[in-house]
Amino acid sequence: MPNNEDQSMFSNTILRWIDDRFPLSSLIREHATDYYASKNFNIWYIFGVLSLVVLVIQLLTGIFLTMSYKPSAKDAFDSVEYIMRSVEWGWLIRYMHSTGSSFFFIVVYLHMFRAMLYGSYKKPRELVWIVGMLIYFCLMAEAFFGYLLPWGNMSYWAAQVIVNLFGAIPYVGETLTEWIRGDYYISDITLNRFFAFHVIAIPLGIIALVFAHILALHHVGSNNPDGIEIKNYKNEQGNPIDGVAFHPYHTSKDLVWITVFLILFFAAVFFAPEMGGYFLEVDNFEPANALQTPEHIVPAWYLTPYYAILRAIPNKLMGVIVLASSVLFFLFLPWLDKCKVKSIRYRGWQYKLALSCFAISFLALGYLGMQPASGIYVVLARFFTVVYFIFFIMMPFYTRFEKTKAVPERVVYKK
Amino acid sequence: MTNLNRRRFLSIATTLTGGIGILFASIPFISSFQPSKKAKALATAVKVNLSKLEPGSIIKVIWRGQPVWILHRSQEMIQNLKESSLDLRDPESELSIQPLFAKNAYRSLKPNYFIVEGICTHLGCAPIEKFAIAPADMGPDWKGGFYCPCHGSKFDLSGRVYTGVPAPSNLRVPPHRYENENTVIIGETEDTENA
Repeated sequence: MPNNEDQSMFSNTILRWIDDRFPLSSLIREHATDYYASKNFNIWYIFGVLSLVVLVIQLLTGIFLTMSYKPSAKDAFDSVEYIMRSVEWGWLIRYMHSTGSSFFFIVVYLHMFRAMLYGSYKKPRELVWIVGMLIYFCLMAEAFFGYLLPWGNMSYWAAQVIVNLFGAIPYVGETLTEWIRGDYYISDITLNRFFAFHVIAIPLGIIALVFAHILALHHVGSNNPDGIEIKNYKNEQGNPIDGVAFHPYHTSKDLVWITVFLILFFAAVFFAPEMGGYFLEVDNFEPANALQTPEHIVPAWYLTPYYAILRAIPNKLMGVIVLASSVLFFLFLPWLDKCKVKSIRYRGWQYKLALSCFAISFLALGYLGMQPASGIYVVLARFFTVVYFIFFIMMPFYTRFEKTKAVPERVVYKK
Repeated sequence: MTNLNRRRFLSIATTLTGGIGILFASIPFISSFQPSKKAKALATAVKVNLSKLEPGSIIKVIWRGQPVWILHRSQEMIQNLKESSLDLRDPESELSIQPLFAKNAYRSLKPNYFIVEGICTHLGCAPIEKFAIAPADMGPDWKGGFYCPCHGSKFDLSGRVYTGVPAPSNLRVPPHRYENENTVIIGETEDTENA
């Protein structure tokens, strides 16, 4: 049995052999042990790591689901039931995947809100934000394609409605929807290609974008709740005084939160995988039926804010344009916001008020998107749609006149 | 200097040739997304027997994978169609899709048989029939028609869309022709386009 010294010599030799051929040590240094992030991270800063955790859960469970799932109109619904009833532990793998999709959006929405709280989209992090938004768009596409796969009746009609959004484009709309479906209706052909998008095309895109997101972040450095650049104050070693190495300091803290997250996640998986119809919808326990639209057709909860916006506009083409701009506006946030101060801690009342109104309207639209499109619900949806857009459109004006507080030079700790 | 120019020329020429190559190479992939020959072949006409369809009732058949309704309008329904006081967005069916022979108030070949695709022109949900006159949920002016539960679009008994709802045009009337008194073929049309 080799002693400790021999062991470390052995591993050093291997490491040196690898480092001569692949930049392993320098990669670890650059992205973990020598990557300095601010000491004053609060709970808002765990959602980036958590979204990585969910991504891994989704990839892993997804791979195992494809081993038992059949992407054909004839077999799809039954094969999901087969996974649930006959495959050993299949129910767990499937519930982890379906619950994972909802949790993915929960952590991503909180992650995005964090960026809006502390101005993480501002210079020099514009590309971190834009790449992040592209991941979010891919995630919506991924959720949409995946939603058709169980071939339940809600799957079917949700796909029908979303594909028909493209039909609103003048002149080419009709041809375009036929091209997307590969048929004159949502058919076996459509299901098969959505499967390909869901398991290959979009995941590849997401993984590539996640790499770009992290690379860009590590290039400019993480923001912090004070919204100041910790790079400005360095010690003799050239490391930021207000930062600590990502590994082992932030990683060990993240591990605690990952544990808490997994407790909540599996509580949902084991005790409320349908979450009262929010994670898995009742109408989807019925196979797809081309003759019968579900009474209340709604997308999964994480897309209902946009759905409410779509329904608030009483015109097909305008509805689609407004829907598209409601998500695209996020991309321009770094340039719409004219305020020099990043963190909400030191910003004026204008942005605090605007962001609060925006958050409330987003939640309200999410609720309204689940309700029937009639009466008071439509009136309220129109009101909150206006609030939603005022946040973006008026931003260059109200942020210009903000009376900000003095921003500290160094990060501030609670006494 | 000439060398630099030559290099620039070669760079541009290579980029251009490569770009055009990628463009052409993408054609098969993009084309593969279109409905396949099989999908086209399966999208054939369907024959429907109307002899058992009572006045005031509706049957739903599948044509090209999508629902087509055949409504046998009663005399009362035809009467109500004329009297409807609600505003129509496209009463003359100028912006809507239908065979030429169906570009009339009944939007059909015969006033009593109304054949229409059961797909909302907004985003493709299946509207539901609301044939009762002035029910509580549709308001006192309602003369019978169709209502889309997804986004609240309303249509009259000729599938004509009302104003103030998201659907942009009337329900689509599919091409169809009568083989005889009681048999209609959906998906085929006669060459003579007599209204």
